[in-house]
Amino acid sequence: METSFAITGKGYVIVAADTTAARSIVKMKVDEDKIKTLSPHLLMAYSGEPGDTVQFAEYVERNIRLYQIRNLYPLRPSAAASWIRRSLAESLRSRKPYSVNLLVGGYDTATHTPHLYWVDYFGTMTEVPFGAHGYGSYFALSLLDRYHNPEASLEEGLATLRRAIDEVSKRLVVSPGTYKVKVVDKDGVREVEL
Amino acid sequence: MNSFAERFSTTTAASHMRNAQKLAEEDDEFDGTMWGSSAGFGSIAKGVPSFTVPAVADPTAFLRLHTDDHADPSCRIKIQHGTTTLAFRFQGGVIVAVDSRATAGSYIASGTVKKVIEINPYLLGTMAGGAADCQYWETYLGMHCRLHELRNRERISVSAASKYLSNLVYSYKGMGLSMGTMICGWDKTGPAVFYVDSDGTRLKGDLFSVGSGSTFAYGVLDQGYRWDLTDEEAQELGRRSIYAAGHRDAFSGNSCNLYHVKEDGWKFIGNYDISKLHYDGPGNVPGSDGRPYGYDIRVEGLSSTNAPEVAAAA
Repeated sequence: METSFAITGKGYVIVAADTTAARSIVKMKVDEDKIKTLSPHLLMAYSGEPGDTVQFAEYVERNIRLYQIRNLYPLRPSAAASWIRRSLAESLRSRKPYSVNLLVGGYDTATHTPHLYWVDYFGTMTEVPFGAHGYGSYFALSLLDRYHNPEASLEEGLATLRRAIDEVSKRLVVSPGTYKVKVVDKDGVREVEL
Repeated sequence: MNSFAERFSTTTAASHMRNAQKLAEEDDEFDGTMWGSSAGFGSIAKGVPSFTVPAVADPTAFLRLHTDDHADPSCRIKIQHGTTTLAFRFQGGVIVAVDSRATAGSYIASGTVKKVIEINPYLLGTMAGGAADCQYWETYLGMHCRLHELRNRERISVSAASKYLSNLVYSYKGMGLSMGTMICGWDKTGPAVFYVDSDGTRLKGDLFSVGSGSTFAYGVLDQGYRWDLTDEEAQELGRRSIYAAGHRDAFSGNSCNLYHVKEDGWKFIGNYDISKLHYDGPGNVPGSDGRPYGYDIRVEGLSSTNAPEVAAAA
């Protein structure tokens, strides 16, 4: 089943999402990138109803870009997350709501602080030091309660993420095989190998 | 009228049972095989307890109708389901740790449940699923473990005890028993842990966690587990894992009961309030640094902000 994680550390956010696109019991694709780069310092992992996910992510991507073109500066992470949350909340009461769960991670270049927002398809948003969606969260959250360190270096942060992914691979029956991992820090967004 | 007719009838199942029990009473010396696996529980020998069942045509259907099946949350009798229990084997014996919350739907019925059943000085059983089912059948198992000792002049192995229980619950399969238990102990072969549930599954293993909070317990347990853990480290790991589940799972919590089984039998280590573990830590216990377990308390004062040196100086 779809699983995504994100953790903050000293000056960065790591976002990881599994790379399988499944339909019923069949894996349709094994290298799908489910983390969008919304702006130079903003990442969003999305999961949920097939179809809705990509539609909503692209809608967000283009609107965040539009803001930057109009105003010549990008939205800060908290502002972007608020706008995304509101879009989901308005969608929830529409005829056909988006069923998409998100992890929005960004680096605020003004305060040099990483921010991570956990957002679900009801439009719940909360800022968290680490977050997870999907069945993997049942194993990862208690583990991160125990091992997460807000002042960890990137290497330590990646090691903690590795722990979480290994635990899910070990215990979850329908565990995903591969994950895509992206980091956002003062230098912007980049993909890393775990 | 139905019960009146049944009492004097000579053809019903109940009358056959009566006759058989009468015969058994007359025959004081009964064969040893009566106690063996071929006779098993449900034999007609005297001394075997029997149940009062609802006076309806199909007691199984009756039970299903009135207990909380997955399909029907609005039923009258709720069975205790939410729980976290764990047990693991390591170099120094077996650690058994459980929470103490009993829930009936969304209601916390009790916060002081004993979910470790002390079968005898060398055997422990854990309780998940139906509280009554676990308590009754594990106590019953204890009775048969004692009979085994008397007959064979030797303590029963953990393997044999767990198999006795699994065969027993398997004979009731489909009749509404609900239990997920770990039978833990020390025998000739050393420390042993067996998982037994009411489906009839029986598994030998090093590490198990059962109940709604098991995933959260596994998250901490798996990452901290090694075979060569010291006694103190192992006890701390058991405590921390139950804490993690009590913190994250709404149906688990209140307190943690910790047991340690060694060569000379089990020992109760202590009862720990989960809120206290969160805010104050376990106190002065071996294996713990005494610091609180709670995430917010652990990371208090730490910050992920990473202002560059020059900016900080300016």
